[in-house]
Amino acid sequence: MLRRLHGLPGLLVALILTVLTISGAILALAPAMDRAAVMIPAAGEVSVAELAGRVVTHYPGTEQIVRGASGEVIVYYYRDGQPGADLVSPLTGEGIAPFEPSVFFIWMKDLHRSLLLDNAGRMLAGVMAAVMVLLCISGVLLLVRRSGGWKGLLKPLTGSGGTRIHTELARFAVLGLLLSALTGSYMSAQRFGLLPEPIEAEPIFPAEVSGGQPAPVASLNALKNVDLSDLHELVFPYQGDIQDVYSLTTREGAGFVDQASGELLKYQPRSKGSVFQQWMVSLHTGEGLWWLGLILGASALTVPVLSLTGVSIWWQRRRSSGLMLDNADVAQADIIILVGSEGNTTWGFARELQASLKKAGFQVHCSEMNALADHYPQASMLFVLTSTYGDGDAPGTAQRFMTKLNDFENKKALKYAVLGFGDRQFPKFCQFAVDVDVALDKKGLARLYSLERIDRCNAAQFSEWGDRISEQMGVPFTLTYEPLPPATVTLELVERADYGLAVQAPTSIMRFKATGAKQGRWSTFLSRKSSLPLFEAGDLLGVIPPNGQTARFYSLASSDSDGLLEICVRRQPGGLCSGYLHGLKSGDSINGFIRHNPEFRPAMGSHATILIGAGAGIGPLAGFIRRNTARNPMYLYWGGRNAESDFLYQPELGNYLNDRRLTGLSTAFSQSDQRVYVQDKLRQDQIAVRRMVDAGAQILVCGGRGMAAGVKQALEDILRPLAIDVATLKSQGRYLEDVY
Amino acid sequence: MKQILSAVGLVIALASALAMPAFAQAREVTFTIEMKNYGGDGAYLALYLADGEGQYQGTLWVAGEKSKYYSHLSGWARGSGLNAVEYDGLTGASLASGRTLKINLDLDDALIDSGYEIRIDTAVEDMRDHSDDIAVPLTSESAGQPQAGRGYIQSFQYDL
Repeated sequence: MLRRLHGLPGLLVALILTVLTISGAILALAPAMDRAAVMIPAAGEVSVAELAGRVVTHYPGTEQIVRGASGEVIVYYYRDGQPGADLVSPLTGEGIAPFEPSVFFIWMKDLHRSLLLDNAGRMLAGVMAAVMVLLCISGVLLLVRRSGGWKGLLKPLTGSGGTRIHTELARFAVLGLLLSALTGSYMSAQRFGLLPEPIEAEPIFPAEVSGGQPAPVASLNALKNVDLSDLHELVFPYQGDIQDVYSLTTREGAGFVDQASGELLKYQPRSKGSVFQQWMVSLHTGEGLWWLGLILGASALTVPVLSLTGVSIWWQRRRSSGLMLDNADVAQADIIILVGSEGNTTWGFARELQASLKKAGFQVHCSEMNALADHYPQASMLFVLTSTYGDGDAPGTAQRFMTKLNDFENKKALKYAVLGFGDRQFPKFCQFAVDVDVALDKKGLARLYSLERIDRCNAAQFSEWGDRISEQMGVPFTLTYEPLPPATVTLELVERADYGLAVQAPTSIMRFKATGAKQGRWSTFLSRKSSLPLFEAGDLLGVIPPNGQTARFYSLASSDSDGLLEICVRRQPGGLCSGYLHGLKSGDSINGFIRHNPEFRPAMGSHATILIGAGAGIGPLAGFIRRNTARNPMYLYWGGRNAESDFLYQPELGNYLNDRRLTGLSTAFSQSDQRVYVQDKLRQDQIAVRRMVDAGAQILVCGGRGMAAGVKQALEDILRPLAIDVATLKSQGRYLEDVY
Repeated sequence: MKQILSAVGLVIALASALAMPAFAQAREVTFTIEMKNYGGDGAYLALYLADGEGQYQGTLWVAGEKSKYYSHLSGWARGSGLNAVEYDGLTGASLASGRTLKINLDLDDALIDSGYEIRIDTAVEDMRDHSDDIAVPLTSESAGQPQAGRGYIQSFQYDL
């Protein structure tokens, strides 16, 4: 529901909001530009009387002096019957330049508040502001749910690609956007009479004036008492009309000034409502608050990107969801599949399971978990496939499952199996699946097979689970999940460097360049010169082996700016994809695509970074060092087998040490005289490591699972005196792993 | 592109406001106001009658519907005291840059050639105010003669 509340209005208004926010961001520059162009005297330095006196010496035909919100002073005058307006110095009253309101800004303002469509457009813009409020609030609630509570909002966010960009930007901009949208809605509601306008008590023109000989404006007491910083405007009397008066409007109120006696007449302080309204206007426009204007402008600029990523997230969801075909009736089904899904990915797996079971001759009914029936008359087996949302919560299609389970009657002695889907990087990996598994057990159902947890849609893991289930059921079937094929790029191997043959660890550094056009559906629309998407070291290159099996992923050691895709591949015994890659010669081509992996990146800032890896895991780490042109302290601990044979990147690392992109290098070789592992090297340097972590260092680990476990243990020991553990560092985004 | 607006009425209101004799004869007068291309938002205008000394006598027409901006039409605001009774039923939409406004009003015959003046104050958001953008005597002689304004008004004329 919340997601719908966020997604649907967002889709509808994305385009209009983009226009409104870009124009808004441009307008937001105006206060800062005005402010930068003007010298503002200190408070108390210049009174209105003094300034007016100076102005009239330069402009005898002065009609009106206006002080803008940014402190600029404009004089409107007549000279030889011709009207004129000049920007003048607030100190001397001398003209600086003719004042001409910028046609560009006037047009932009018109675009911003009425889309150039007069009243109808104003109304539309007002509605847009209200929708924006709705989007901000529903978006924040979604983000809270996703990050497992309000505190989670301040922590590093997880996720990748469009979702990550969307949430990161939204978190940055939401306060500014909410302020703009609320004040905008307020002003619009007021204009169209939905909110009362403050009643402005206008001072009534004095019936009696002294009528004496006009005194010089600089000598008028009422004007001497007003500091220039409080002035809004001063309108001069008609020249020669001794019955006329000065009209004075200040920050606090308005009144008239007798041109002979200098007395303040009929003064009316501004009403509270009017002061409030002025604040709303200032908070929306940044008038007089140039810094706020810039903040609001920057926030507004995120909206076009939020719109684009939002639409793309919606499209992806839409694409991976789909109707269930050939669903058996609940009452007839032998097997029930229940799906808990937030982003619709899980449905793809459920469809494959349903199809395979059907082929094996079963009547299968598949529905969302929320549709759990009171009982299933014919069913003997129940499969629950579910993801987890945020911090261990139920995903969208499973939110009512636990409550419904209370009323469920297990009449037919159902056997069940739960399959969880998630991402190991989340602290509560597949937590909801765990909870469901336990709940079904408590309900008295028998486990057909114990809970299995699939990491990041791993198709191989899913197939394996299928094999186990098939065994348990005694029915032959296989599960092959094929995610929607990503748009691939043809990559040509340009160069490779082979290491480690002598130590039975053949590892190659391979460099590819993009050649052919994209094969995805967008190729016809987007034929770009370079068909490679943007990527950075630490992102993943998905490689599809020739027989069309599921893609394998390799960490990239290069960035798009290097013009090449560099990966480091260790040939696994019997490895299908690594074997294929190792068989390539220069000039051979492969099909690949980029998967973003923004979680695995060194943090910005000047804290030290400790890179730890073994074997081919050095790839992305070497990429990070290569990019460290800011020369932040960076230390590499790397483990290989033998310095003579598999010292990957040896020449490059030497160069990086020389030009200080790499601060320190410690290598461990397990098949040398030393016989040490990388964790032993960490222990040797434990004092230094502890000091760096204490000072805020970040740790990035890349390599095999065994190495990662050893490193984690070593670091737990090293950090114990600091009363900090790896879990804490992880939660702070200071301990990142890319492990395989 | 010209936009022609017209308005009728007024004879009773104005006659009573000016305390004219009961036997007064009405005459239809057409006022034509053409705006300059000043490039800003819609202009607010107050068209009013003043005596030879410039003292306010009565409101003829106000263009612009938000009364909170009326104080910027300062000559008229001063004379009318911004009393709603003075302009009730005599208001219309603000006048966009470059447009023309035509208003038909029934004026008392006795007002013509009697030393009265037609004055117009103008104001535009974020731009300057012009009180007395136009001030022309209400005489049979000046009728049909276009007059240039000194502010946002390109030309003004009235036809008896």
